[in-house]
Amino acid sequence: MIGKLLVAATLFAAAPCAFAQAIAITGGRIVTNTSQDVIENGTVVITNGRIVSVGPGSAPAGATIVDANGKWVTPGLFAALSRIGLAEVDSEDSTNNISAGRSKFQASLRAADSFDPDNTAIAVSRIEGVTRVALVDPAGDGLLGGYGALADTTGSFNSIFARDVVMYAELGEGGAASAGGSRSAAWTWLTTAIDDAKVYPRGFTEDGEGDLLSSKEALAFKPVVEGRVPLMIEVHSAADILQVLTLRQREPRMKLILLGATEGWRVADQIAAASVPVIVNPLTNLPDRFEQLAATLENAGRLSKAGVKVAIADPNEATHNTRFIQQLAGNAVANGMSWADAFAAITSVPASIYGRTDLGSLKSGAIADVVIWDGDPLELMSSPDAVYIAGVSTPMVSRQTKLRDRYLNLDENKPQAYERQ
Amino acid sequence: MNWRLHVLPAVALALGACATTTEPSAKTSTSAAAGQPVKALAVRVSYPKDPFPSTYKPMPSEVVLIRNATVFDGLGGEITNGAVLIQNGKIVAVGAEASMTVPAGIKTIDASGRWVTPGIIDIHSHLGVYPSPGISAHQDGNEISGPVTAEVWAEHGLWPQDPGFTRAMAGGITAMEILPGSANLFGGRGVIIKAVPARTAQGMKFPGAPYTLKMACGENPKRVYGYGNGGNGPGGKPYSRMGNVAGYREAWQSATEYKRKWDKYNADFDVWEKESKSPKAKDGRKQDDQDDKPGDPPDAPDRNLQLDTMMGVLNGEILVQQHCYRADEMAQIIDVAKEFGYHVSAFHHGVEAYKIADLLAANGICGALWADWWGFKAEAYDGIRENLPMVHKAKGGCAIVHSDDANGIQRLNQEAAKALADGLKAGIKISKPEAWTWLSRNPAKALGILDKTGTLEPGKGADVVIWSGDPFSVFTRADLVFVDGAVTWNRQDANSQPVMDFELGQPGEGDRK
Repeated sequence: MIGKLLVAATLFAAAPCAFAQAIAITGGRIVTNTSQDVIENGTVVITNGRIVSVGPGSAPAGATIVDANGKWVTPGLFAALSRIGLAEVDSEDSTNNISAGRSKFQASLRAADSFDPDNTAIAVSRIEGVTRVALVDPAGDGLLGGYGALADTTGSFNSIFARDVVMYAELGEGGAASAGGSRSAAWTWLTTAIDDAKVYPRGFTEDGEGDLLSSKEALAFKPVVEGRVPLMIEVHSAADILQVLTLRQREPRMKLILLGATEGWRVADQIAAASVPVIVNPLTNLPDRFEQLAATLENAGRLSKAGVKVAIADPNEATHNTRFIQQLAGNAVANGMSWADAFAAITSVPASIYGRTDLGSLKSGAIADVVIWDGDPLELMSSPDAVYIAGVSTPMVSRQTKLRDRYLNLDENKPQAYERQ
Repeated sequence: MNWRLHVLPAVALALGACATTTEPSAKTSTSAAAGQPVKALAVRVSYPKDPFPSTYKPMPSEVVLIRNATVFDGLGGEITNGAVLIQNGKIVAVGAEASMTVPAGIKTIDASGRWVTPGIIDIHSHLGVYPSPGISAHQDGNEISGPVTAEVWAEHGLWPQDPGFTRAMAGGITAMEILPGSANLFGGRGVIIKAVPARTAQGMKFPGAPYTLKMACGENPKRVYGYGNGGNGPGGKPYSRMGNVAGYREAWQSATEYKRKWDKYNADFDVWEKESKSPKAKDGRKQDDQDDKPGDPPDAPDRNLQLDTMMGVLNGEILVQQHCYRADEMAQIIDVAKEFGYHVSAFHHGVEAYKIADLLAANGICGALWADWWGFKAEAYDGIRENLPMVHKAKGGCAIVHSDDANGIQRLNQEAAKALADGLKAGIKISKPEAWTWLSRNPAKALGILDKTGTLEPGKGADVVIWSGDPFSVFTRADLVFVDGAVTWNRQDANSQPVMDFELGQPGEGDRK
């Protein structure tokens, strides 16, 4: 462990040089997520935070060599849905910014405005290979959760690198409850909100009100209705999914993402035909609600085989255990998804859902988020040896590793409080 | 034989053996011998310790030889190219096939490339009491009517049709402890069950297993009671961690006094019984002579169901399973237990157990832990992924992987793998077969059923899993699960995959479509 820390410290210390000269990660098994697929014993070259080349060749002269012989080299993990930086302790309201049930606003809310780069879950996620996350708030006391944003996991003050990339909406059982008690009330609310946003401002009354939305909310919702920002709709039952897909005809301009889609496999062909990507939790297999009686471990694999673009995340483990996406993807493989599709579901697919083709794969010109793993990145017993974000090696330390080191040996002379590595 | 006497306190629990009741009002009974009316002896007042006895019957099983497997024996050992012989629902032999006497013509399973382990035992589950679907009508796991509800029993809220049971079986679970929730200081009795489908809770109960008592530390009791009044103000005791400890101590004091009354009653009854069995009385023809009468038998104390359970703990018959996160609180509980003379079997959740791994080991208390849950509340803020291995490495340490979750129970082997990996990276050398003790032997020990299950040793129930590969790999699944030698789950055979009533005729039909 000490050795590992020293290596990490050395890498971190060398980081400023990354901008001055090339880094060549050599000898590893490279998972590219491109048509190059997997390259054995390949080399990834990074300069100025970008990937310059990926291939079987050797390192260019003058490059700093990082030996990854026997290791796996992959793009950084991209969590399709996370809430790190939004809640330090979930149950403590003073630290929890995840939803705003007592706010009068819905569409106008922005997760980026709540983000805390000092949140301890960020480093906890980063040292497990997560380099990018989509911050998506659930709805508070309504159907819309506001705008999600993209963040890296450097913990720096400029972690947010894209704002207003998605809007969250909830239908199904949860949406019905929020809208007044029925699915039809929820649907009417959503379609009325869409209509309000479409006609804003000319269709609004002089005092600034639509049928449903205030002018402020209509203004906020308009980019979604115009298809400039995708609407992520959380639904689970097959019938609710089909209802959402009717929006493709009603509002052809709108871009949709399905979240949850627990019964998606029953209508996989329709989802594929509508070209709507889904974010699923592959481990949802209990009939925990009546809207998911057909939950199955094979959902992710079946959707993928039907041609649906599948990303993997668990909204219920999005604050402190965003790192679970690795295990989720591994279990998707155990239940019928191909390894390549499952790994893409936590790297390149989330990047593409949010329109970032410069992330999630190892190719020339991409942002250099690179993780060096000590084994198959989907395996439970594998973990990163090094994590580069935009070409910079990051420290493999979190508050958790500091607690571990403090208590690793209990038979010490002085109280642990004096120990601070 | 309904007059058979029960002695309180019993020396040993004999659950499932006898369930006789004597009404407390029936101070005396009469019987007639040879037509001669005699004055009968008074009957000692006692209560059955097992009024809801197990009706579990193992499913039909065959004689089976599992061959060519990598075997984790559950004791920390590994046998490469090993075999396990199962007969009459019991493990008969474990080791090299060549060393076994194998009956001719029996069924064999070739487990080449596969792993064989003891079945996983989840020491902390709420299946059945918080079942799927999690609708409001199904919330039967917390009797929040008061902070001390030692009188309630999880089995009385257990719905055997919870579809979660079948998912747990598919994950290699063979036994589990179903606990009340953690709202209360004293949540009630837990029940140890087999992972088998049954029509009744009694049909799942693990024969001969002891009862357990769920207790809880920290935030939950004070939140539910102290802040229960709309969440904003004092609702009642306890309102603080101080109030929690006062609540335990008050209750244990009551139980101590209750036990003293019963102990005195039984001692007095012994004396009275001895006197009434004087030589004269022995032949059943005792004279109606005032001088020779032993007098009235002593009065029995009033029964109190809450204190019955707690007295069972003080008598060493009921095992305490305590929800507790913080290191300092676990240390407080250890002292409360010493003050009142009972033992804590395991601390559950124990997110900070690694900070006092030595203290837990020295007191013979297991840590039943998650691999990596943390941060969802303040007392879970210091969670680390090396908690299990750090508890394990303390001299005499006892680490257990638990779920507390209908999803987590399906993959406890994966949780062990994560914790093992991080322990290894921190320099804690633990082998995979050693880590398997977290999943079967240690929970069996903390539940008082290690003599019946938890390891692959001859004579124990054949609770066994055949895994498709290394059970610490994410890509591995349970192929075959045996409980008492019977196949409860077969991944390759839909006819060996139970579907609960709730899911029958539904669109997913138990994840079987």
